[in-house]
Amino acid sequence: MSFLKISNLYKNYGQVEILKDINIEIDKGGFLVLVGPSGCGKSTLLNTIAGLEPITSGEIAINGKSVAGLHPSKRDIAMVFQSYALYPNMTVAGNIAFGMEIRGVPKDERDKAIKQVSDILQIGHLLDRKPSQLSGGQRQRVAMGRALVRDPQVFLFDEPLSNLDAKLRVDMRTEIKRLHQRMKTTIVYVTHDQIEAMTLASKIAVLKDGILQQFGTPAEIYNSPANMFVADFMGSPAMNLLNCRLEGGAGSSLSVILDRPGDQPLALPIKLANGALGAYAGKEIIFGVRPEALTDPDGADRNAKSIAEGECLIEVVEPAGSDTFAVTKLGGKEVVARLRADAAIHAGQKTKLAFNLDKAVFFDPKSQLRIA
Amino acid sequence: MSAASQDVATRNSIFVRAIIYVVLILFAIYYLLPLYVMVVNSLKPLDEIRQGNMLALPKQWTIAPWLSAWSTAQIGVQPVGLKPYFINSVLMVVPAVALSTILGALNGYVLTKWRFKGDNIVFGLMLLACFIPFQIVLIPSARILGLTGLAGTITGLVLIHAIYGLGFTTLFFRNYYEAFPTELVRAAQIDGASFFQIFRRILLPSSGPIIVVTVIWQFTNIWNDFLFGSSFSGFNSIPLTVALNNLVNSSTGVKEYNVHFAGAILAALPTLIVYIVSGRYFVRGLMAGAVKG
Ligand SMILES: Nc1ncnc2c1ncn2[C@@H]1O[C@H](COP(=O)(O)OP(=O)(O)O)[C@@H](O)[C@H]1O
Ligand SMILES: [Mg+2]
Repeated sequence: MSFLKISNLYKNYGQVEILKDINIEIDKGGFLVLVGPSGCGKSTLLNTIAGLEPITSGEIAINGKSVAGLHPSKRDIAMVFQSYALYPNMTVAGNIAFGMEIRGVPKDERDKAIKQVSDILQIGHLLDRKPSQLSGGQRQRVAMGRALVRDPQVFLFDEPLSNLDAKLRVDMRTEIKRLHQRMKTTIVYVTHDQIEAMTLASKIAVLKDGILQQFGTPAEIYNSPANMFVADFMGSPAMNLLNCRLEGGAGSSLSVILDRPGDQPLALPIKLANGALGAYAGKEIIFGVRPEALTDPDGADRNAKSIAEGECLIEVVEPAGSDTFAVTKLGGKEVVARLRADAAIHAGQKTKLAFNLDKAVFFDPKSQLRIA
Repeated sequence: MSAASQDVATRNSIFVRAIIYVVLILFAIYYLLPLYVMVVNSLKPLDEIRQGNMLALPKQWTIAPWLSAWSTAQIGVQPVGLKPYFINSVLMVVPAVALSTILGALNGYVLTKWRFKGDNIVFGLMLLACFIPFQIVLIPSARILGLTGLAGTITGLVLIHAIYGLGFTTLFFRNYYEAFPTELVRAAQIDGASFFQIFRRILLPSSGPIIVVTVIWQFTNIWNDFLFGSSFSGFNSIPLTVALNNLVNSSTGVKEYNVHFAGAILAALPTLIVYIVSGRYFVRGLMAGAVKG
């Protein structure tokens, strides 16, 4: 049974619909990540779960019980805010213990809980300081400590790492994952960073303009994006989305035809086309291929069942140490390919590239939805 | 640039600086002159004042005018000095300032952190209260004081001043709390703090500068008020400003200018002290609203 269940949730601010028909559920101990561009309604959704914002219609249930009308403090949740929201006039210890103090927990119990949490987060030496005397990373830890000490049913994180510098962000990401594995508490985590979403989540919900675009495991989201928005948003560098024509059909096998500047169009035969794609034979469609599925022939995945090769004119070469990225032009757009670091390619030369068509996806150009 | 022209530049800047200081000192003297006249003449016997030179230092120093102004001078028909009226003013100002400041802070808290439908209209109406002239509210106030049986009492004056000041105090606190992070309030809500707990434990401790601004503003306004004091006070609730007027206008015998000067300084002293003690915070508080972050 799902532990946190959001059904048909709508949220309006005045006349403006901010969230539209959101349906999400996550199992106990799951790690749900809400991801999407800024302003898409992630924080609003998180705040409705917390009870900080009323909902217009729909239902939110935690552990099988509707939380409608429950005060935030009665929902058995803890929240980490983007700005950390540490009480500026209290010490670190005071911040961590404030909730317990309000609930009337005796002093010695509070001290024990503070000690325990500060040991986990290694902030024992900071307990007497005020938030203004802490670095960004330390504040982040204190904010986590204030949430941890509650030992809630659900943790809510609103972009907890977005105010940290790049290196610290990666470290804290790992630490959050470790904490989750250790405590096994259900987490709802908001971020606009798709890498955070991929690395942390057991389930990802992709939002855009208040509409749930796709809800699934990271692998589902990454490999079978429901539409072009999800395909483009998840993954870095982004998936190549190319205009192409589908040829063949009715018995013969299908081919993807991509225009190339100053050359014949490139034809890629698809061996394992499924039925849905057949209906688009002879039509313009969008061909999506991730950079790592477009490689030098030697670097291609040996387990792939369907690989097509084609000569492409390399326009730019960008060595990145572990890989080399190459930019070419297909279907009128720039295409990024990800090659082995020592692949022998040069800008301005033609090189044979291997398309792993197992990993290719196709979209309807009008509806933007995935065909296959 | 050559050394010579640099020299000229330095000399020029010293010259400009000197002019600035001279002008500033002249202005300071100009502003301080009335105070000097009051202090000097309040320490002279009356004869010396009559001889004519207001600016001269006393030949014979005396604090008798001060003692007289404080405890024996004729105020209206009674020779009691300003002391009882000073006490009246304190009894009026302290509760009125406290009440209007606390209510203003609560208003600001609600208007920014517990927003409700039409909150901006409510705030607009409260703002309007800042622009209503005293004279317009005189008669309605008198009527209400009469109906509630508070006419002529210190409590009545406290009430009028507190209500009249509410527009300003609300404006001050609302603008200050507008910049206060709402996420802190939300965090405290999740921690289970109640409406008043959040106010007392989270907002108030960060409100020092704006409290100082509000208290100074309200204190000086209410302490210096004459119109409400003369309109609504009874025999036992006359505030200092009105008493000072009565002292100066008492028509028995000679005009004791030295006593009048002493009385005027006594009346101004509390506001002066408040400014000197907390003026620094006053400026800082005003700035805090203006420059965010
Ligand atoms: N109190 C509010 N009143 C009106 N609109 C709001 C309010 N809070 C947020 N919004 C709007 O709701 C949308 C979603 O905001 P938010 O949930 O904060 O986005 P994000 O995904 O960046 O966290 C934004 O377009 C924002 O302008
Ligand atoms: Mg947000």
